[in-house]
Amino acid sequence: MTLNPLLSFVSQVGQRSLQSVREVGYHAALLVEAFYWLLFGHWRRQPVRLGAVFKEAVGVGVNAIPIVALASFATGMMLAIQGIYTLRTFGAEEQVVLGIALSVTREFAPLITGIFVAGRSGSAIAARIGTMQISQEIDALRVIGINPVRYLVAPLLAAMLLTLPALTILSDLVALFGGALYCAGELSLPIDIFFERTFEVLVAEDVIHGVLKSFIFAVIVTLIGAGNGFNVSAGAEGVGQATTRAVVLGCIGIILADMVFTFLTSR
Amino acid sequence: MNATDLAIDVSHLVTHYGSRKILDDISFQARQGEIMVIMGGSGSGKSTLLRHLLGLHQPTSGSIKLLGRDITKLSADEMYDLRKNMGVAFQGGALFNSMTVGENVELPLREHTRLDDNTIRIMSRMKLEVVNLAGFENLMPAELSGGMIKRAALARAIVMDPRLLFFDEPSAGLDPVVSAELDELILLLRDAMNMTIVVVTHELDSAFKIADRITVLDQGRILMSDTTAAVRASDNERIQSLLNRTPRNEVINPDEYLERLTREIF
Repeated sequence: MTLNPLLSFVSQVGQRSLQSVREVGYHAALLVEAFYWLLFGHWRRQPVRLGAVFKEAVGVGVNAIPIVALASFATGMMLAIQGIYTLRTFGAEEQVVLGIALSVTREFAPLITGIFVAGRSGSAIAARIGTMQISQEIDALRVIGINPVRYLVAPLLAAMLLTLPALTILSDLVALFGGALYCAGELSLPIDIFFERTFEVLVAEDVIHGVLKSFIFAVIVTLIGAGNGFNVSAGAEGVGQATTRAVVLGCIGIILADMVFTFLTSR
Repeated sequence: MNATDLAIDVSHLVTHYGSRKILDDISFQARQGEIMVIMGGSGSGKSTLLRHLLGLHQPTSGSIKLLGRDITKLSADEMYDLRKNMGVAFQGGALFNSMTVGENVELPLREHTRLDDNTIRIMSRMKLEVVNLAGFENLMPAELSGGMIKRAALARAIVMDPRLLFFDEPSAGLDPVVSAELDELILLLRDAMNMTIVVVTHELDSAFKIADRITVLDQGRILMSDTTAAVRASDNERIQSLLNRTPRNEVINPDEYLERLTREIF
């Protein structure tokens, strides 16, 4: 009898682990399938339509421009404030440009963009697919002969892979501009000089590093959003849980992937 | 019955949900141009049977032949071809909420044919005419009443002129007049287009009005699969209680009852 709590704890840990492994496997399969339809759908009479890709691109990319720009601007400015405050200790305020340029392009721009898109679109994807799941719309697609992954996930994945890097570059520029604006006020550093120095210290690899990350984030947001949507089974509450999970897991996934990617490429 | 004119031929179908057996040794046939009603109470397995007939799940064993092809063994491509000959109207309609009624009805044509835009529009309007929804093509599904949603779903199901039509609970949630109209529509479709129509329902009036043959399911087994007259005349106790709406009085086995109550309690 005394073993029971311990036993049930161990069995719970086991079941949770099994569940996680299953989930990772499911998302990996989803990724492979989405890419399959993107590449070969045309020959299998299940083409991924360009119109659908552009429609999704407007939803997840173009419409995210204002919020991503605002957040990036604030981040750039915040980095300048913190940078100048820290560097003042050494009397090296002028070096803030280097700090902003590298941290924005390598880290902050892709991360801010990824997290905002995860919050905006990850939840929307999960809610849309989850609602379709409980109202039998996914079944309806299947009986019409439309593969749901081809129809719902593949265009979304393409749109994400197209727009997230673009948003990241936009975020680079806007964040640098935010930093430049603050430096202009605080250090009387003209904006054109700020950008001149920025481009002196930056190499292409720094920007590419950030853009590569954004491709990974695009995949993570799409898969976690869609996967949680497809797994909804229990009515409206299930849809609510799926959207929450999509946002939380999406953001965590992005940060963890960021850490791993940075660890592997920056040492 | 000649094997070639069988539109649906299910034999020895067994299905599980997890470890629970849902359908047990189901066998029945339906001929081309026939209305087959699958009847049964809640939990009898009729929805599960329908989902298997639609190829949405893989059965544990047995075969399901639609139009002469065993869907449990078809490749994805072959299934894709077969689906052009199948139309499905789901219980809740399952119209795509992000599209207008017209776009919903047009979708199968857009996916399966290379017809030009105007032809597709005309064809889908013709089907909306059939279900008396002409002029509603620009509304969103959320703006329709329950009966209109079912009719729009029916229009989408028949837009490819399928040889097989599946209809899940046509009268559920509708008032008697609207559901009678739907029954008329189903009869019209069979007569005008020689469709084989499978209707899943628990509405007795509707079932006896439209059915050529009735399959009665009970707790995952087939009680009877025969003509309407034969089902009505059946002396099977469970069928009679279903027809006369008498509650079932199962004898409780005390040991099993106790086991159910104390199961998984340490």
